[in-house]
Amino acid sequence: MANRAFEVARLPGFRTIALTAFVLLYLPIITLVIYSFNAGQSVAVWEGFSLDWYAKAWENEAVKGATYRSLIIAATASAIATTVATMAALGTTRRKAFKGQTAIYVMINQPLMVPEIVTAVALLIFFASIKVATGYTGLWYLIIAHAAFCVPFAYLPIRARLEGMDLTLETAAGDLYASHWQTFRYVTLPLMLPGIIAGAMLAFVISLDDVVITEFVKSGGQDTLPTYMLGQMRRAITPEVNAISTVLLALTVALLTAFFLLTRKNDK
Amino acid sequence: MTTIPTAVEAKSIVKAFGQGAVAIKALDNVSIEIKQGEFFTLLGPSGCGKTTLLRLIAGFDTPTSGKILLNGDDITHLPPNKRPVNTVFQSYALFPHLTVAENIGFGLQMQGRPKAEVTESVARMLALVQLEPMANRKTSQLSGGQQQRVALARALAPTPKVLLLDEPLSALDLKLRKEMQIELKRLQQETGITFVFVTHDQEEALTMSDRIAVMSAGHVQQIGTPRDIYTRPANRFVASFIGETNFLSGQSDGTSVTLANGARLPMSAPQGRVNLTIRPEQLRVVPLGTEGAMPAHVASTVYFGTDTHLHLHLEGGIDIVARQQSPAQGGEAMKEGTPVGVLFAEGALLALED
Amino acid sequence: MSAETDAETRKTRNAWLLSTPALVLLLFAASGPLLIVLTYSFLAPGEYGNVVWDFDLRGWISILYTKDIFDGTYHLADAHLSIFWRSVKLSLMTTAVTFAIGFPTAWFIATRPPAQRAFWLFLITIPFWTNLLIRTVAINEVIRNEGLLNTFLIWLGVIAEPIRIIYTDTAVLIGMAYVYLPLMVLPLYAAIDRFDMRLLEAGYDLYASRGQVLRRVILPIVKPGIVAGSILVFVPSLGAYVTPRVLGGGKNMMIGNFIELQFGQGRNWPLGAALSMTLLCVVMVALLIYVRAANKGDNQNG
Repeated sequence: MANRAFEVARLPGFRTIALTAFVLLYLPIITLVIYSFNAGQSVAVWEGFSLDWYAKAWENEAVKGATYRSLIIAATASAIATTVATMAALGTTRRKAFKGQTAIYVMINQPLMVPEIVTAVALLIFFASIKVATGYTGLWYLIIAHAAFCVPFAYLPIRARLEGMDLTLETAAGDLYASHWQTFRYVTLPLMLPGIIAGAMLAFVISLDDVVITEFVKSGGQDTLPTYMLGQMRRAITPEVNAISTVLLALTVALLTAFFLLTRKNDK
Repeated sequence: MTTIPTAVEAKSIVKAFGQGAVAIKALDNVSIEIKQGEFFTLLGPSGCGKTTLLRLIAGFDTPTSGKILLNGDDITHLPPNKRPVNTVFQSYALFPHLTVAENIGFGLQMQGRPKAEVTESVARMLALVQLEPMANRKTSQLSGGQQQRVALARALAPTPKVLLLDEPLSALDLKLRKEMQIELKRLQQETGITFVFVTHDQEEALTMSDRIAVMSAGHVQQIGTPRDIYTRPANRFVASFIGETNFLSGQSDGTSVTLANGARLPMSAPQGRVNLTIRPEQLRVVPLGTEGAMPAHVASTVYFGTDTHLHLHLEGGIDIVARQQSPAQGGEAMKEGTPVGVLFAEGALLALED
Repeated sequence: MSAETDAETRKTRNAWLLSTPALVLLLFAASGPLLIVLTYSFLAPGEYGNVVWDFDLRGWISILYTKDIFDGTYHLADAHLSIFWRSVKLSLMTTAVTFAIGFPTAWFIATRPPAQRAFWLFLITIPFWTNLLIRTVAINEVIRNEGLLNTFLIWLGVIAEPIRIIYTDTAVLIGMAYVYLPLMVLPLYAAIDRFDMRLLEAGYDLYASRGQVLRRVILPIVKPGIVAGSILVFVPSLGAYVTPRVLGGGKNMMIGNFIELQFGQGRNWPLGAALSMTLLCVVMVALLIYVRAANKGDNQNG
């Protein structure tokens, strides 16, 4: 065809910019992943494939400890956040507007609105005084702090799931002789489960990724993987950091893919 | 003659939404008796209160005042899961996480019936609605008509005393709707269960029901068999809502009525001004000068296939529509302006309340 | 009718009851401590950090003014002002850059066939959820003196010596634009996705050129999305901590790093608290603008 059809939605140059944006978005990440397999010390010169840096990171006691703490904190915090978020979502959705509804929404979404550095500073001050008063310096400060900022991330998908749910399904269950508890157990809960799992996964990822609040709240020797990496970066960046990044990245991508498949399947 | 016992009785039901001055009465002193084994239809335009009444019978709402009786027992304040009444929802409300068979067995399971009984009952229901091959499908994989059948089977499985159907056919296309009308009627006759059917479709109501309650603005306008309601509408609303009709007004002296064109027709009606109605098919268009015919001329004709509507001008400013069979092939439609005579079929002119 | 009112009251009570654990957690570890920060901003600094419980406005005053050591008079604190100015300037520039790249990207995604859209969106979402630190490390690898960019340019022969980008404002700008780009694309996509493409046909039918359609039809209608994206980028940029720390080095501080400094080496907790409150207020104002724009957008579309 000599004449290209007039595409209404085409805007000149947009496609080029967009594709460039995707390349720019992924180029650094891919570079980082590739160089984590570099045999040499350098993060610039390719000296052949090796898994040395992964081995090195794995043998590093500090990394092991940080990995362990990251996972413990993320698992516990996301479990707490998901539990309280599920309850809150059940309480606040699918009803007429009620007194204080906005207040609850604002409270729950507060961690999304307040700059992390401000929360970090606030928790630093607050927990410092508790540490002095109680003498307890364990992981629970970090777990509680993480659980708090994970709440909105767990709450939003659960709420979305509940609001997308047909209310007549529960009416129908009641009509078919189900008690309130049976209705919840056999209809509401199974239907909201994908939302709960999605919320828990997001909360887990968010907790795993946190740098700022952890950096301020942690006591000595309580590095998580991200804060360990941040500490390492004061010196020269080594491929070890790349290796840790790659592992974290893989974990995030895996969880996100699962999240997408989970929410997409249930959109039907 | 044995009297058929009453299945559902609504006694002076008032249902108001909102409070105080802004309260809206969705139902205003409604009383209805539904007989056992009856196919009873609540018919009316949207917002007339028919669905509200259905929800009160199901137990999803409680009336502001009045009572709901089931087989003579007061169930007004019984929660829905304690009522032997099941509903087919407008949206079907099939559980998306359960299979067809699990959906159908849900009610029986919730009642704690033994497994064997549930399995047996589900199989019987699947056969009844002819969905055996679909038993283990998810409901989202079914067509609209099939989902409709599952909803029916699910509501029938616990053998309710009364089955409530809330505009169950409104989501189906015309052809499927016709099929399901027949299917519903068959199911009702096979099971012998009392059906309370809500619809805004007058044709659906006329073809399926044993009796119809026509509702409007929170009131029952008329209760009767389809024939009663069509041929003897109690008031202007019923006459206009069911089928097509002509409205006239006249002056009654008790034994005859005088129309605006001066024609005097014998009929008994209360003295004074009366509102009259006559169905288009009860008008006969005859050559001008036929004995007893009122003079008129054709204003326009509208072709409907089997029928043709003739819009007629009578003297005294009366406009009226007559329905005639369309002329056979080769026949000519009447031209505009053609002078004709009009006869009213005997007894077809009715005086209306209000 | 009273039965209905009772039911409503019970439902409301249930709502609060069920929300209580979440609210307690957030009050304890998110909102409550902010009040402590507010309180601390009105106290006197302790010698080794922490505070002395005396009412003192110096925390707030020293945001803008420094006390002359010799004559005790107050002067505008140039160092502080330059940090604020850098923060605002870099945040605005980040917003502009992400919009310039993000709008065509969002448009591109929204005009893909529906089956492909999820895939492109997923490509935007992965970086969005990927650890900010990892992304900062990744961009650092690219713009370092011995990084990918310089190595490539030298190999091409365009430059002989590496360009020094790292530890400059430019590095922070590139880094923030990189890490916050998804935050711009996602709301823009949401707005464009709702945009009725038939309006374009109407525009062209009425003799508009592509440029005119863009300016007179598309941009005004997707404006709520533009506002949303801009705020979503501007707010975290203003409070950024990790990116300026890693890419800006010690000198090119932004407010976030400046606040940390007060709780670290600076040992001026009241100033840090006052700065935190100031940042919070600016962010809240930006969010209010966002909420108003979002509501307006809802009204337009509903």
